[in-house]
Amino acid sequence: MAHFTKATSVKDWLNQRLAIETVERVMASEYWIPKNINFLWAMGMVLAITFALLLVSGIFLLMYYQPDVKDAFYSVNYTIMRDVDYGWLWRHIHGVAASVVFLIIYIHMFTGIYYGSYKKGREMIWISGMLLFVAFSAEAFTGYMLPWGQMSYWAGMVITNIFALGDLHLDGLVEWIRGDYVPAQAFLTRFFMLHVVLIPLAIIGLIGLHFAALRIPHVNNQDGEEIDFDAEAKKYLAGDTAGSKVIRFANDFMSKDMMVVGFFLIFFFYLVFFNYGFALDPVNFDPADGLKTPAHIYPEWYFLWSYEILRPFSVNIGLLAFGFAQVIFVLLPWLDRSPNAVPASRRGVFKIWFWVLLADMIVLTAMGKLPPEGIFSTIGLVAALGFILLWVALPFITMNEKKV
Amino acid sequence: MKNKEPLILVVVVAFTLLTYWLVEPYAHSVLHKHVESENFAYADLKPLAKTGNAAAGKDLVMGAGACTGCHSIEKDGMPAAMDAVAAAASYGVNPPDLSNAGSIYDAKFLADVIVNPAHALKVEHKFDAAKGQMHPMAPFAGAGGDLEQEVADMVAYLQSIAVKPSEVTPKMAYENACGRCHALSYENWTQIGEKPAFKFEKDALAYDIKVLEYQEHLTKYMGKLPPDLSMYIRSRGEHFISTFIENPQAHLEGTAMPRVGVTADAAHKVIEHMADAGDTKRHERASVGKMVMIYAVIFAIFALLWKKQVWKNLH
Repeated sequence: MAHFTKATSVKDWLNQRLAIETVERVMASEYWIPKNINFLWAMGMVLAITFALLLVSGIFLLMYYQPDVKDAFYSVNYTIMRDVDYGWLWRHIHGVAASVVFLIIYIHMFTGIYYGSYKKGREMIWISGMLLFVAFSAEAFTGYMLPWGQMSYWAGMVITNIFALGDLHLDGLVEWIRGDYVPAQAFLTRFFMLHVVLIPLAIIGLIGLHFAALRIPHVNNQDGEEIDFDAEAKKYLAGDTAGSKVIRFANDFMSKDMMVVGFFLIFFFYLVFFNYGFALDPVNFDPADGLKTPAHIYPEWYFLWSYEILRPFSVNIGLLAFGFAQVIFVLLPWLDRSPNAVPASRRGVFKIWFWVLLADMIVLTAMGKLPPEGIFSTIGLVAALGFILLWVALPFITMNEKKV
Repeated sequence: MKNKEPLILVVVVAFTLLTYWLVEPYAHSVLHKHVESENFAYADLKPLAKTGNAAAGKDLVMGAGACTGCHSIEKDGMPAAMDAVAAAASYGVNPPDLSNAGSIYDAKFLADVIVNPAHALKVEHKFDAAKGQMHPMAPFAGAGGDLEQEVADMVAYLQSIAVKPSEVTPKMAYENACGRCHALSYENWTQIGEKPAFKFEKDALAYDIKVLEYQEHLTKYMGKLPPDLSMYIRSRGEHFISTFIENPQAHLEGTAMPRVGVTADAAHKVIEHMADAGDTKRHERASVGKMVMIYAVIFAIFALLWKKQVWKNLH
């Protein structure tokens, strides 16, 4: 057993038992971050804050929400939106944050791709990040069911039905997921459970893994520079803070993070109060009606690109393409054959690949929402084929990349 | 090295706005039919040619016009001949009380609905006299004098007894123009009136049964039960509701919903009442929003200053 002495202060008392000074040093003041980073490196903190907003607003909503097909819509739109003081505020924060979190995730992801932050020991950061993307997607989808509006019901119907399409024909699996032949009480209750317990637990665990994965390979920097963290840390601690290539996590990195968070929150709250329509779809303010299919069923904007990869093909090929789109990002560290972990701007053809991929996904996103008719179908088909070709071409493009 | 952050910010913002524009304003302009408002001008209806005489109009409304055979005019001592359920059994829908019709409905519309209901209501596709499909409201064929003068007199009478247009409340406008077909449950409104608070469950259930009976007649008359409009302000939005009220056929050709002929002011009040039901906290949202924005800006300024202070020694 360790040796304990009479504590001289509360801090000392805690220190003897929890080693708080060591924890502080390891986690904050001597957790070294490169200095040559831009505001895109703050997206992790922006995501953490957005997740906190989702968690807190979700807890408040949970106190009044009723997971019952007869009462769910009313509990959201009457009880929470009208009766409960500031219930509308929690709902708007929750709904808008659920949409904005994906915008930041995509920015975070594309930052990683642009700067090659999935290479040379950073593979686990990328994989845990993609697992977080999957978990957040599941969280968003299950949460979307809860108000039990028209779009909840029909999105639940269409998406679970994917497994019964074409030659997959897994009707039994669809029934098992729904707990019924159609989305009904069993479906709502289990999606409620997934949304408020199981998936949030998975997300919190994965966030821990994502942070842990950063520790050994360290955070990447915007110049693709290989930094000797030990040497630079010594320089910093010796007093040459201006000359050192690294900074402390707290308060150096944190202060920059919080500055970005500050500007982000202005944008976020503007959306919450004055421009929330994009996140709280009007169609979902009609109560679920199994006998009345909405004229247009579309997923939320962040799922549109993968939805559009499913849509323009015949059923079986569409399913294959959809499956491909779901897993391909995870494989990026191995599909990129280049030894260079530098910004895309210095990687020749890869630079073109990056911008074409981004543009292609924006086109897919737009076509995923537009009705699949006429020119939109054609553009959607070309963009979907383009997406697949880009990924198939990636190993060949990067194989012969010159070492920089 | 050169600071690339402004350029990066421009790129991030530009792609974000482009995506937003594509999936929101642009996609919705393709997905939904756009109907332009005509400011409730009812240009297809003839303006009143004659100046009406309210006293003569009263005689016609109460007498030869036979309006009060079906319509109550509570304000002028004319109660309803039957309750809402019985009226719906006879006419399909409970005919409106005419006390404030002169202020809620457009004068041109009132004049046209008196002589040709199916035309004014834009339900000629459903009620074609030539095919023997009579609208439940019998047209007024004249009392022997100048028809135009008689109609103008009747409209003048209705306007003379109504509250001033400025005194029409959002609730009155909704209940009179919409509420006999559309429940507004979040405001406790049923098609037969505001549901009272009952002491005994038995009485509450008896009331509910009356509502259900009314809805049965209404469903038979309209083809389907007109929807509860509690959340329509959020599911349809102001522009859609306004243009739909103005001319339902422009949005949904062949719909059984009649043009109700409200004035621009009354339509505005109907929408306000719907906003009270489905977007009750909109004023609070605007005022809290302003304060939160001020807070967020102050927070960002302090965060910026903190960063500058911390980074002073790092450059």
